[in-house]
Amino acid sequence: MIWAMYFAVAVLLTAGLYGVITKKNLMKVFISLSIMETGVNLLLITIGYIPGGTAPIENGNFAKYVDPVPQALVLTAIVIGVSVTALALSLLIMYHSKAGTLEYKEGMKW
Amino acid sequence: MRKLAGIVIAGIFFISMMMLFYHLPASHDLSSNEYYYRNPINGSVANESIPEHYIKYTKNETGAVNAVTAIVVEYRGFDTLGEVTVLFTAATGVSFLLSLAVRGRKREEANLILKEGSKLVLPFILLTGAYIFIHGHLTPGGGFPGGSVVASGFLLMMLAYPKFFMKDRISWFESAAGTAFVVIGLLGLVLATSFLQNFIPVGTPGQLVSAGIIPLIYIAIGFKVGSELSAIVNKMKEVQG
Repeated sequence: MIWAMYFAVAVLLTAGLYGVITKKNLMKVFISLSIMETGVNLLLITIGYIPGGTAPIENGNFAKYVDPVPQALVLTAIVIGVSVTALALSLLIMYHSKAGTLEYKEGMKW
Repeated sequence: MRKLAGIVIAGIFFISMMMLFYHLPASHDLSSNEYYYRNPINGSVANESIPEHYIKYTKNETGAVNAVTAIVVEYRGFDTLGEVTVLFTAATGVSFLLSLAVRGRKREEANLILKEGSKLVLPFILLTGAYIFIHGHLTPGGGFPGGSVVASGFLLMMLAYPKFFMKDRISWFESAAGTAFVVIGLLGLVLATSFLQNFIPVGTPGQLVSAGIIPLIYIAIGFKVGSELSAIVNKMKEVQG
């Protein structure tokens, strides 16, 4: 179980890195960055996982709970990721209205 | 060439990540590590780790059943205030950048099904969002997911009615919610001992009216996130692409 999650983390991070390296379209670069961010969030959750544990909501039916601290951290990270993506997309809108394209251009002034 | 370089670099990265994870200790090994119990400030050694402490005492200390909510709003509430500030800064940046862009996008009218259906669905979306952020201390969820659900309801209205326009009054909601967060924190400073400390009786854990200031703060966060995300979407809608 925990190895499947580590494998998924590595796949997500690698897919994001590949997109950032190879794509010239800035929209695709931002999508790749979001995929990498998902991988990092999954890694944090996985580190806090305890085998056999359930979600840390204590209504008395379960004996074992997973670590709540990484989950609180990931809640913060998701919100920060959304706001960074929104800012990046509005910069991209400005770029598109100046350059007329979403492709990265060498030596563009704007 | 670029693709080949990408595949090589990504392959090396994948293999090194898997090697790293092979050596990474899992959390149940970590909590048997002595380092997990030592206070870094005065060097004293506790007899339980931090996650154990949270899971054991959250319910009695804060009255919240959901330990994640208790950590986000109560134990690390100041961190959450910073997080809300980051979201506010991003919303301000988006509206500043898009005010420089060309306005006046032309949209076609949406079809009948979308127009009438969104009118029917909108109250239920808002109700679900409110449910999620009011029950933040009892069930999974809270102010941030609930606020996002509310914003998605307004996004649906913007898709169905191209002329649907959020007035500037939405920033009143945002400022009022942010002010409420800080005022609750300052009341904690005045009535209890420190900023964002609980000053209301915690009540019975598991009831809707319990957990002191946690539901109040999460309702404020829900309003703030909902109005901020709606404002961001509203700004992006106006721009000519």
